Amino acid sequence: MNRDGVYITKRDGMAVVKLDSGYNIGVPPNTCRFISRPEPVTIKQHDVIQNTSLPHLAIVSTGGTIASRIDYRTGSVTSQFNANDILTAIPELKEIANYRTVPLATILSENMTPAIWQELARAVYREIQNGAKGVIVTHGTDTMGYSAAALSFMIDTPVPVIFVGSQRSADRPSSDNAMNAVCAAAAATSELGEVAVVMHATTSDDTCAIHRGTRVRKMHTSRRDAFRSLGIAPIGDVSYPSRKVTLTKGAVRRGTSPLAIHDALDPHCALLQSYPGMTPDLLNAYEGYHGIVIAGTGLGHTSTTLIPHLKRLCDQGALIVMTSQCMHGRVCDRVYDTGRDLLSAGVIEGGDLLPEVALVKLMWVLGNEKDSLKAAALMQSDLKGECMQRSAHGL
Amino acid sequence: MDYKALGLVAGIEIHQQLDTKEKLFCHCPTTLREIPDHDGEFFRYLRATVSEMGEIDRAAQEEMKHDRKFQYFTYDTTCLVENDEEPPAPVNDEALSICLTIAKMFGMTPVPQVHIMRKLVIDGSNTSGFQRTALVAFSGTLPDGGHIETICLEEEAAQRVKDEVFSLDRLGIPLVEITTSPDMHMPEDVQKVAEYIGMVLRSTGKVKRGLGTIRQDVNISIAKGARVEIKGVQELDLIAEVVRREVQRQHNLLSIRDELRKRGALAGSAAGVDVTALFGETKSTVLKKAKKIHAITLKGFAGLLGREIQPERRLGSEMSDYAKKCGVGGIFHTDELPAYGITAEEVAHLRTYMGAGEQDCVILVAGASEKQASCAINQVIKRAQLALSDRPVPEETRKMLENGSTAYMRPLPGAARMYPETDVLPVLIDDTRWETITIPELLTKKAERFVQAFGIEKNYALQLASSEKLPLFDQLVQEGIKPKLAAFTILSTITELRRDGVDIRKISDQTYVDTLHAVDNGRAAKEAIPEIFRNVAAGSTFAEALEKLAPSVSRADLEIIVKKIIADREDFVLQKGKAALGPLMGVVMAEVRGSVDGKIVSEILKKEISAALAIKKP
Repeated sequence: MNRDGVYITKRDGMAVVKLDSGYNIGVPPNTCRFISRPEPVTIKQHDVIQNTSLPHLAIVSTGGTIASRIDYRTGSVTSQFNANDILTAIPELKEIANYRTVPLATILSENMTPAIWQELARAVYREIQNGAKGVIVTHGTDTMGYSAAALSFMIDTPVPVIFVGSQRSADRPSSDNAMNAVCAAAAATSELGEVAVVMHATTSDDTCAIHRGTRVRKMHTSRRDAFRSLGIAPIGDVSYPSRKVTLTKGAVRRGTSPLAIHDALDPHCALLQSYPGMTPDLLNAYEGYHGIVIAGTGLGHTSTTLIPHLKRLCDQGALIVMTSQCMHGRVCDRVYDTGRDLLSAGVIEGGDLLPEVALVKLMWVLGNEKDSLKAAALMQSDLKGECMQRSAHGL
Repeated sequence: MDYKALGLVAGIEIHQQLDTKEKLFCHCPTTLREIPDHDGEFFRYLRATVSEMGEIDRAAQEEMKHDRKFQYFTYDTTCLVENDEEPPAPVNDEALSICLTIAKMFGMTPVPQVHIMRKLVIDGSNTSGFQRTALVAFSGTLPDGGHIETICLEEEAAQRVKDEVFSLDRLGIPLVEITTSPDMHMPEDVQKVAEYIGMVLRSTGKVKRGLGTIRQDVNISIAKGARVEIKGVQELDLIAEVVRREVQRQHNLLSIRDELRKRGALAGSAAGVDVTALFGETKSTVLKKAKKIHAITLKGFAGLLGREIQPERRLGSEMSDYAKKCGVGGIFHTDELPAYGITAEEVAHLRTYMGAGEQDCVILVAGASEKQASCAINQVIKRAQLALSDRPVPEETRKMLENGSTAYMRPLPGAARMYPETDVLPVLIDDTRWETITIPELLTKKAERFVQAFGIEKNYALQLASSEKLPLFDQLVQEGIKPKLAAFTILSTITELRRDGVDIRKISDQTYVDTLHAVDNGRAAKEAIPEIFRNVAAGSTFAEALEKLAPSVSRADLEIIVKKIIADREDFVLQKGKAALGPLMGVVMAEVRGSVDGKIVSEILKKEISAALAIKKP
């Protein structure tokens, strides 16, 4: 039986063919016969006129797709990254600001590196210096929390720097990308003056939460409202579709910090989680590291068998910071013997730092402060709202 | 109507829910729930995604004419997959097997590798904005020479509660979509094919039963008309009528076009006119409430908007459906005015203002905003232009109304609304899998077998074969119950009880088994079956229900009872002779309260009546 279709690709030994009805099927490649090559597809371009009387925002893209186009033939999603494309896909953005787009990288966020954080910080710095009233950074959600923390430390910003992404792919009509982008733009033109993540606050399309860049964590693999502030409440929210931005008293206001960049990072840092049965030989792999963050158990513990090895790493000059895998609450290594022994070995308490924020902070501190005592003191002081002296929020 | 002359071509798509344990792309049960049982809700907006051509699918575009906020009800039987908050699980293998079984029953060829697709649907019925669907097999045949083009495995959409509120219990239930070739030419043929396919589907014993579990979409066109897809015909008996009415509608739209052209009609190329000021003092509640009222004059259309094109549908209704896509409640046109609180003076004033002559029709739309009113009047103009065009029957997806007429839903979607579901891996259908699929016996064949083997009457046998209780019947027969008794109990007794208001859901299969065994071994009479069932339905255990019948009566006891009854009615017996049997049967049965088979009672009664008559004879 013969059937016409468009050959799309070969995958796992099968030829994927699209039939006229739009359905794809897989058939053995040797059953296909070439008929002709289809007309190349010409994509319609839409020219969008921006309203220059609106505030000027910069959109820096790292590969998170704020807007994307689906190729119906192959099913692949292509990231769209000029202002025309974005404003065609999400027309409401036109009502909020006019935009300059800066393509920085096209990577999956799990492939993010400290070097790209540095490039990102420089790009954001340049945009603010050139007059942007706010910056939107589009980012994959996997490591968005890490990047937001990194920029929090690297840049002192007078304007909002808003990280945004989508949990549900931009190629689906139900995607959270459009609402998140609109709320991010609203937050970027608001009175905020710090680095924040703006994502869905609930499973409904009603509110986006504004999270401080150093207190935010992805807490669910797939839900729209995966991003949560830990240890504090969100610093504000954006209602949708009204786009009304509400900031809490604690949110840093626009213009508070003069623009500055401190983009040095020491990437020789690691994050490890202690667990029952963890063997000390694992720690050998960390020889030569300048800094190590431990996500300890409970109040900040490891198995006592690890302590002599941690001491050796400390003695060799590594700065070891204890945090807790509990995520909520602060560490206290003065309650049990194990904790005291860890302190004696040279490990320092990381307060209520989130483990991954502690890692990013450690890279930044070691990059900027060579004196180990001063570096340890910096780790324990609050720089960007990451390390709170009072535990107010609880679970 | 001469359907042949009109060039009727019709095909049918049958959507049948499968009775699987779990949904197609998650592990939730396929249970339908009562709306008040929902334990959560959320809401979303859907937006059409841009196609590879930089365009939005025309059907999707139509649904996007006004902002729509969709609300969803969740249950303790739904999960994050239905909420579009989690990627789908792999395809449910049980559902795929049923689909392959059905494909094999129609002699179809399976695709070597099944790919899951996303079909763009943004009317709110799918939280994701698309329906997952996969083409599983091609090219089947029907006994009368017709063809089946494809069978697809799809996920069911969410059930609309009302307006833009949906219930997620139904979303994700597996269903098969069977598409026939457009090779039917008479309305009755379409119905016959639907009936046959439905019978084949039920033969698997793996499909859901009851209202709404099978739906037919009918594709219809006539020679100068256009292909129209009518969705959601649930009642089989209505299919032929739906086809007849659609032919009528297309035929009438063609005649209206000819009439319009003869009159030199024009469908206002200009935009609508703001006539809000004309209705400042109106008594019409709709117009009074409106923020903006727009009007358009359709030259030469007078009288034609009000002309019926199928029962209870007019060209005006078609325009109204188009306008509703912008969120307005409908339209007013001068063919039906004055009415609805709009006075003759207002109509006259409007006509003058719009410069409309007697041959012209003026249309009004009342919007909640300038944007809405102008959107709606443009839709009216668009539909009017179509009515005048070379193709006055637009290609549309329509929904069935009660009795078989239809209303416009959206344009027919293009093939561009289909793209791959990247979150689900393709499934290989190799020869081994295909060969292990066994074909179940067709219900019609099964019925024939019942007729031959058990002597069950033909219609009754077919009813039995299609009954949900068929597995119970098989079990009863296997356990030695007489087939006719088993069939009678399952079909007739239970139907009568149901009509009597007995809650037959409370009668378990085990109760059938126990009861019929009790009848078989003489512990209960056949006549006592309804009584036992009534008691069980009312809450008794089977043992209690049996106990409530009179205690078991021995043959010797029965003879004594019968003798006493005859002695007490000696005169009656003498007077009636053997004809006393009938009336006395009732008396004896009441006395033994169903604990003895009527046959035995009748036999003893006959004997004793004869004896009594013999003694008394001179």
